[in-house]
Amino acid sequence: MPGWIRASTMPEPAPVSATAERSVVRELIAFASRTPLSAVGAIVGLLIVAIALGANWVAPLDPLKTNFRRMNHEPDAQSLFGTDQVGRDTLSRVIHGARTSLFVAFAAVLLGTTVGSLWGVACGYLGGRFDLASQRIMEILQSFPDLILAMAISMAIGTGLPAVIVAIAITRIPFGGRVIRSVAITVREMAYVEAGRASGASAFRIMRLHVLPQCVAPYLVLASTHLGVAIVIEAALGFLGVGVPPPTPTWGNMLADSITGLVPRWWLVLFPGLAITITVLAFNLLGDGIRDTLDPRLSPGFLRLVTGSGRGAATATPTRAPSLQENRTGA
Amino acid sequence: MRKYLARRALFALGTLIGVSLIIFVVLRILPGDPLVAILGVEGHARMTKEDRVRIMHDLGLSDPLPVQYVHWLRDIATGKLGKSFFRGDTVADLILHRGPISAEIGILALIVSWLVGLPVGIVSAVKPNSSLDNIARSLAILFIAIPGFWLGMLIVLALLFWFGYKSPLIIVHVWQSPWQNLQIVIGPAIVLGLAQGAYIARMARSCLLEVIREDYVRTARAKGVVERRVVLGHALPNALLPVITISGVLLGFVLGGSVAVEQAFGVPGLGRALVTAVIERDIIVVQNLVLLYAAIFVVVNLLVDLSYAWLDPRIHYA
Repeated sequence: MPGWIRASTMPEPAPVSATAERSVVRELIAFASRTPLSAVGAIVGLLIVAIALGANWVAPLDPLKTNFRRMNHEPDAQSLFGTDQVGRDTLSRVIHGARTSLFVAFAAVLLGTTVGSLWGVACGYLGGRFDLASQRIMEILQSFPDLILAMAISMAIGTGLPAVIVAIAITRIPFGGRVIRSVAITVREMAYVEAGRASGASAFRIMRLHVLPQCVAPYLVLASTHLGVAIVIEAALGFLGVGVPPPTPTWGNMLADSITGLVPRWWLVLFPGLAITITVLAFNLLGDGIRDTLDPRLSPGFLRLVTGSGRGAATATPTRAPSLQENRTGA
Repeated sequence: MRKYLARRALFALGTLIGVSLIIFVVLRILPGDPLVAILGVEGHARMTKEDRVRIMHDLGLSDPLPVQYVHWLRDIATGKLGKSFFRGDTVADLILHRGPISAEIGILALIVSWLVGLPVGIVSAVKPNSSLDNIARSLAILFIAIPGFWLGMLIVLALLFWFGYKSPLIIVHVWQSPWQNLQIVIGPAIVLGLAQGAYIARMARSCLLEVIREDYVRTARAKGVVERRVVLGHALPNALLPVITISGVLLGFVLGGSVAVEQAFGVPGLGRALVTAVIERDIIVVQNLVLLYAAIFVVVNLLVDLSYAWLDPRIHYA
C-alpha cells in the first residue's frame, strides 16, 4: 500500500517520506500477515479476474457452440462441468460468464461510487440548500430495495449490457454520497482548508485539491465492499430474466436457463452458483481487509449508521461502531 | 415526543411522494409504445388508428403526464390502483391475493433471522476467538456471500431428488390450510432468514463485546451475579438497539431478495408477480408494486426509528 493512502486517512497529512520508503512488497506482506483471510480473498479474486480476462484461452470450448449430440450431458472427462440443454459446455460458459459478470460489477461499482462520491464531496463542502436537496434525493433512492430499483431502471432503459451497468450503478450512488459527504464535512473544518479559503481559492479548487484527496481511502473502501453486492445483483437480474440478454453467458443467465427444462440438472445449478459464491466471498474478504487497513472508521456499525436508510434518529443515538481492535480480531 | 412523531411521519410521507415521482418518471421514459408491448408488433399493426386511440384512452395513457400522475395518486388514495394490461384483475386484487404469501415469508424470515442470529451472536461474544466463535463467524461470512436464490434452487433440487418435491402452483392461504401454507412459505423464509441471521449474529457479537467492557457489567460481575444473568440481563438489552436498526435496514435485502427467492422456489407470491410484470412491461402493475415495496421499507424503518425512543430512555426527542 503506497504511503499516500495511509497519509490520507489521518486528520492532518503526515510527512509522506517516512512511510513511502517502505516498499510496496513489504506493505503487502504486512497486509497479508495482519489479515490473512483478506490476502486469500485477494489472491482468489485476482485469479478470477485473470480467468475472466483470459477467458478465450482458458475456456476449453466456445461458450456459444451448441452440440446436439451431447445435450444435458453429465460431467465427464470431455466436459468437466457437463453440458446444458443445447449441448454447450458449462465449464466454458462459467469461465466466459466470469468476464461478463465481473465487467458489469466493476463498471457499475466504479460508475456508481464515483458519481456518488463526487456528489458527496459537493454536498459536504458546499452545504446549504444544495446539500439539503441532495440528501433528500439520496434518501429517496435508498428507500428502494436495491434489486427492485435495479429491475425498474433496467426495464425502463432496456436490457442491454450498458443498461444493466447503469441500473446497478444508480443503486450504489447514495452509499458513496452519504459516506463521502461525511468525510467532506470533517475536512471542510480543517485549518488548511480555511487557509485555502482565506487566500482566495475557489470552492472548486479547494474541493479538487484539498477535499478530494482525503476521500480516496473511503472511496477505495466503498468500492471494494460493494463489489460483492454488485455481483449478486447482476446475477439476480440475469436469473430473473431482466439482466444482460442471452445468449451472452452470465452466471445469472445460466441459472435462469438451468430451470427451464422439465428436470433441472444439478450441474447446471451447482457450478454457476458456486462461481458466484466464491467470487463474492473473495471480494467480501478482500473488502473487509481493505476497510480495516485504510479506514477503521468505516467499520460495519459506522457504515450502517451513516448509510442506513432514513436514519433521522441516528444522530440522537450513541454511535456504537465496533472498535478497531475488534476488527483486527475479526475477519 | 408527539411532535417528533409527527415530524418523522411527515418526513416519511415526503420521501414516499418522492419515491412515487421517481417511479413515475422512470417508467414513463420507457422506450417504445406500450401498445406494442401489450399486443405484439403484429397485433399492433393490425389495429386501426381509432382502436389504438381508444385503448390508449381506456388505459389512461393518453392524458398529459402530470394528469396521469395525479390520477395515479387518486387511485392510490381510493385503493383502486388501476388494472393490469394483460389480465382482467386490478392491481389491488393482485396484492390482496398474493400479498399475504409474501408477507408471511417476510415475517417468518425475520423471526428465523433473530432466532438464529441472536443466540449465535451471544455465544460468539461470550467466548470471543474460541473455536465456536470462529465457526460461527466463518458461517456468517459464508451465508452473507451465498446468493439466497441460488441456495433456494439447491434446496428445491435436493427436495426434488429425494422427496419428489414440486413447486406450488396455486396459492394456499394460511386460513385455508395452515399446513400446506407452511410448506409453501417455509423454504423461502429459511433461506432469507439465514442470510439476515448472519448479519444479525455479526452485529450482536460486536455490540455485545463492546457492552461487556462497560463498567456496569463489571459491577454486576463483582457483586456476584451469575454470568448467564450478566450477559442476558445486563449486557444484552443494551446491545440490542443497533441490532434492531440493522434488522430494519436488512428488510431492504429481504424485500429485494424475496423477489428472486420466490422465483427460485416457484412460490406464486408478490415478487413473482413483479417479475412477470417487468418482463411483460406491464407498467401499471410495476409502478404500484414497486411503490408498495418501497413503502413497506420506508414505513418499517420509520417504526425502527420510533422504537428507539421507546426502547432507550436515554434518548429524548425535542
